[in-house]
Amino acid sequence: MRTPDLIRFARDAATGNPLRTFLLVLAMAIGVAAVVVLTALGDGARRYVLNEFSSIGSNLVIVLPGRSQTGGFSPGNAITSTPRDLTVDDAQALLRASAVHRVAPLAVGTSEISVGGKLREVMVAGTTAEFIDVRRLALAQGRFLPPGDWRRGASEAVIGAKIRDEMFGREPALGQLVRVGDRRFRIVGVLASTGQGLGMNTDELVIVPVALAQAMFNSNTLFRILVEASSREAIEPAKAQVTEIIRLRHEGELDVTIITQDAVLATFDRLLGTMTLAVAGIAAISLAVAGILVMNVMLVSVAQRTAEIGLLKALGATGATIRNAFLTEAAMLSIAGAVLGFALGHAGAAIIRQLYPAYPAFPPDWAVLAGLGTALLTGIVFGVLPARQAARLDPVQSLAKR
Amino acid sequence: MGAALIELSGIERVFQLGDSEVHALRRLDVSISAGEYVAVMGPSGSGKSTLLNLLGLLDRPNAGVYRLEGRDVTTLSAEEQARVRSERIGFVFQSFHLVPRLTAAENIALPMILAGIAPAQRSARVARALADYGLENRADHRPDQLSGGQRQRVAIARATIMQPALILADEPTGNLDRATGEEVMRLLEELNARGVTLIVVTHDGGLGARARRQLLMEDGALHHDHWRPADTTPDRCALPT
Ligand SMILES: Nc1ncnc2c1ncn2[C@@H]1O[C@H](COP(=O)(O)OP(=O)(O)OP(=O)(O)O)[C@@H](O)[C@H]1O
Ligand SMILES: [Mg+2]
Repeated sequence: MRTPDLIRFARDAATGNPLRTFLLVLAMAIGVAAVVVLTALGDGARRYVLNEFSSIGSNLVIVLPGRSQTGGFSPGNAITSTPRDLTVDDAQALLRASAVHRVAPLAVGTSEISVGGKLREVMVAGTTAEFIDVRRLALAQGRFLPPGDWRRGASEAVIGAKIRDEMFGREPALGQLVRVGDRRFRIVGVLASTGQGLGMNTDELVIVPVALAQAMFNSNTLFRILVEASSREAIEPAKAQVTEIIRLRHEGELDVTIITQDAVLATFDRLLGTMTLAVAGIAAISLAVAGILVMNVMLVSVAQRTAEIGLLKALGATGATIRNAFLTEAAMLSIAGAVLGFALGHAGAAIIRQLYPAYPAFPPDWAVLAGLGTALLTGIVFGVLPARQAARLDPVQSLAKR
Repeated sequence: MGAALIELSGIERVFQLGDSEVHALRRLDVSISAGEYVAVMGPSGSGKSTLLNLLGLLDRPNAGVYRLEGRDVTTLSAEEQARVRSERIGFVFQSFHLVPRLTAAENIALPMILAGIAPAQRSARVARALADYGLENRADHRPDQLSGGQRQRVAIARATIMQPALILADEPTGNLDRATGEEVMRLLEELNARGVTLIVVTHDGGLGARARRQLLMEDGALHHDHWRPADTTPDRCALPT
């Protein structure tokens, strides 16, 4: 039997029983669509987190006060007790390290901002001129904090986009005087809006010189020291050098936690990649269920078409021809289901992206290929048994059946 | 005359039914020459259909040798037997056995599709067959849109489309009224007149009498092998017994 004839024959046999065909294709489609949508969700989560972390800056080494027990990164490390202050001097000392390109100290606290009778609670970040480059932030208006002595600082502030909108509305903000806590600052710059992120939301931030922030909060300690290594390769040397410098300055005790952005990224990447894989595995179970359905439906089909199979044998069909005809039919139904599921899955992912624009719900290529492949494979594997059963039917008894 | 088309010697067919054995065919020796017209008759259960299935290579005997065109076909593999069926044998059944989802033309083309014949050649042959059997206007009709007589004509067209040497018909008129049955028999006899060997199983003595040779079966054995004397009988010398 020629291949086009085989395909046409299988197609006619499939369309000859539309309900059966529809159910089969639907089962297969749901399986594939589940793989596509669930992996889109999983991989979307991974990409979302990676994006957010990458947007913090690049080649970052972050120094946190307090020793983490495990050495690895875990969210719990952020709230360890602080045995020894992490100071601006510590930060400045890090500039000596050869692998370090830039350093930005960061002191954080909450306070109130008021201007013209309007009052609002804000997050105040005390830092230096380097911060804008280390964090890869952009300005919408004005300029950032000027470079200069870290232990001093003019009473100038840079505000986030949302603060600007809320405090000034349509009025110009640059050059205005505001009160933060009990101090007065002149606004010299406005940050470009970045939207909601994983890290600190810079839209609702007021940035002032680190010395003034520490005075305002009456504290010597820093929240973080952000260190930018001079290159990607320099991240590990930078981490080693930073560790050494801090240890020396803290009398031989390493009472800080030093994490690299790469390590955090790798951990999240692994974690979320595994999650995506697990989710894909769960979705693949529905494909196996679809495969079993294919088998049952094809077995029923063989039983229903026994007389036809006997006839085909009488007309000169070999067992192989009949086996191929049934296998082709199973494969065609699987392919149709897989293609439909592929389309449905992508539509589903598109709807998710529409509903949550920040969430990059794109199914990864490997998952799509694996889904389609598994669908085809299950269809054919589970089609083998019915096809062989059809091929083995005794022609005389089959013909006698009505 | 040439060698016998069909030579059966010592054919036995035994069905196992639980503990008991049913001897559907016993020690059958028959020889049929090319171009003969044979009617197989006998009471129900006498083994007529079993014999026809054996001749059509749909079934294997438990003992004995079946030679088709001089070749022992009982020892062929299933694939080789399928090939012989495809090229040398055409079947016509009592219940037509058309594929319900295929049109008349597609049903007629089925043996050629299974044999892997190219589409161009197929459509030419199908068109000729449709014309030969007066089915031109029914080409695109499905079996359930055809009358019984038309269905059997489609079946005959299908049986002859591969130009077989042998046509096996098991009660081809059994589901048809007398007039339609007559017409179907006439078509089969025309094929025989053109040289195709025709073996018809029938209950109808009248129809059976039209064949030049009648095989009377009884309880799985050949009870009577009757030749109707006629000047057109081609090969009396090949008489088997
Ligand atoms: N598959 C089978 N299993 C068991 N016994 C069978 C089988 N096929 C046929 N037989 C038996 O073999 C004998 C011959 O059957 P066969 O069908 O050849 O009869 P027949 O002459 O064609 O009868 P009818 O005129 O009713 O069609 C019967 O006794 C039947 O019961
Ligand atoms: Mg019978």
